[in-house]
Amino acid sequence: MIRFNRRFVTLSLAGLAVLVLGAGIAGAAVNLTGAGATFPYPIYSKWFDMYHEKTGVQINYQSIGSGGGIQQVKAGTVDFGASDAALSNARLKEMPRRVLHFPTVAGAVVVSYNLPSVTQPLKLTSDAIVSIYLGKITMWNDKRIAAINPGVELPNAPILPVHRSDGSGTTNIFVTYLSAVSSEWKELVGANTSVSWPVGIGGKGNEGVAGLVRQTPGAIGYVELAYAKQNKFAVAHIKNSSGNFVEPTLASTTAAAEGASAALAKDVRTPIVNSPAPNAYPISGLTFLLVYQDQKDPAKAKALADFIRWSMTEGQDVAESLDYAKLPAPVLKVNEATLMTLTSSGKRVLAAK
Amino acid sequence: MNQERVQHRGASADGVYKGLLAGAAALVFVVVALIVYEVARGAEMSIRTIGWKFLTQTEWDPVADQYGALPYIYGTLVSSFLALLMAVPLGIGSAVFLAEIANRRIGSIVSFVMELLAAIPSIVYGIWGFFVLAPWLRAFIEPWLIANLGFLPLFRGFPFGIGMLNAGIILAIMIIPTIVSISREVLLATPATLREASLALGATKAESIGVALDAARPGILGAIILALGRALGETMAVTMVIGNTNRISLSLLDPGATMSSIIANEFTEATGALYLSALIQIALVLFAVTIVVNGLARALVHFATGGRRDVAGAA
Repeated sequence: MIRFNRRFVTLSLAGLAVLVLGAGIAGAAVNLTGAGATFPYPIYSKWFDMYHEKTGVQINYQSIGSGGGIQQVKAGTVDFGASDAALSNARLKEMPRRVLHFPTVAGAVVVSYNLPSVTQPLKLTSDAIVSIYLGKITMWNDKRIAAINPGVELPNAPILPVHRSDGSGTTNIFVTYLSAVSSEWKELVGANTSVSWPVGIGGKGNEGVAGLVRQTPGAIGYVELAYAKQNKFAVAHIKNSSGNFVEPTLASTTAAAEGASAALAKDVRTPIVNSPAPNAYPISGLTFLLVYQDQKDPAKAKALADFIRWSMTEGQDVAESLDYAKLPAPVLKVNEATLMTLTSSGKRVLAAK
Repeated sequence: MNQERVQHRGASADGVYKGLLAGAAALVFVVVALIVYEVARGAEMSIRTIGWKFLTQTEWDPVADQYGALPYIYGTLVSSFLALLMAVPLGIGSAVFLAEIANRRIGSIVSFVMELLAAIPSIVYGIWGFFVLAPWLRAFIEPWLIANLGFLPLFRGFPFGIGMLNAGIILAIMIIPTIVSISREVLLATPATLREASLALGATKAESIGVALDAARPGILGAIILALGRALGETMAVTMVIGNTNRISLSLLDPGATMSSIIANEFTEATGALYLSALIQIALVLFAVTIVVNGLARALVHFATGGRRDVAGAA
């Protein structure tokens, strides 16, 4: 018993020593912590790796979900948060200090379907998507779908709409789009990371929705562009506000952000769905870093600002390799302007470029 | 003198030992109390804002900040009882076979496999339910049910493959090992003299098994309660196969949702304060429902056995 205790004490002392030493070593370079969205996690962890190699700054990121990230920013337990949805005015007011939004990359939500008899890409309009998810179009050979797909043999089969069951930024982009194009949707359902769906069934995660769509003939669902690309799904071309049917690609997603850049310059939180650009894919969105405008620790503030600036230059170059759409030049300019407003105890953190 | 010292040392060691054990037991209470406290604190805002309507409203709409838990309470209870309905006869049947009819070697091999089954993570059951069971249900079983039993409201609707029926089956598979292994142990623990006496009185094999089952009743009911507890709280597997739809439907073919599935689905991205609080209140309600259901089950055991706890009184 006593021997065991001694051994235990020795072990714990050794453990403590390792911890203290470890902390000492890590303390030499600046250490940043962040938490939040899972959608951009692959690109963020690549960025953090690259940036660590380049500068020695260590950034730890927990992908616990946007909700958790916002909570942690509010509690001040992280140096930055990450969210797929911009904070509403009400949420911003709940924050102890002013919070800035930095869009990092763009993403798109694609509409995938399971129609074995249809070989060419299906075309859909905003009206058709809204009606399907409101339960007003229930059959594939409905004339409202047939009219936009001339020459396509649509089956006389029921439509099973599939949605995400878990709260997610993907859902938020999708329903923000539906709310933007349909006042009826806006009134009946609205937009959020989770909504009260009038019809259909829910699958957990991209893989849950994709699995249901792939298994069920007649199903339709929405998933992230990156997920659909990697799994080579059949995706619908969506009619945008200029009247063009656009295939979801990284380029058409970036075009959506570009088309919305005037609005983004006024308020970077503006959704980029239903972008006016002629080649824009309409169901697109940005993902954000959340940073306090006035930083407490000047060293950390400098490191964070430098990282964000880096992510807007070299960081953007690797985005497409991981299937994220890069930001267009006007949005990068907006971020640079926001960066210049960062302060630490009243002083500007960055010098102008 | 030496002897005295040894005795003295022994007494103090006993005290320490007792203290340690009491501390370990007390820790369970402390942990439960802390959980209840934390959950209640998190749910406070929702309790104040929504009140009792939380339990009776069917609307769950994060956009309008309207939260009602009734569809989830319904889903949890129905999926769990559906699971019991399938698992109890199967579980007790195989326990009887293993304890009374099969020879000991087969019995121990099968119960070893059963314990392996109990150790499989629930996500694996969920994946199986999603990728294997759901297509079977959709292609064969559900169309058959609709065609032949569709006159019952239980089997009306569209064969989705996922839904309440799938969740019930997955839960049943998950809780069968619990029922089988405990029931088998309890049956093995009943005195052999009971069977010998009944056989000597001219009972058939089936009747003597009936006598043993009667003696084992409190333990078997205990096994069922334990299994029910697992079914009520199961999260991942159910979330994958229940369809996650906020709907109360009599039909077992329709999708639904449970209390644990809504928490698992929406907790990470719940961005509003009341929204988060409502989700935490669901956890509190789940806690209360578990206590109530367990209490009812225990009362049932007490009633069914006349307060007897002689045989492996697991209940």
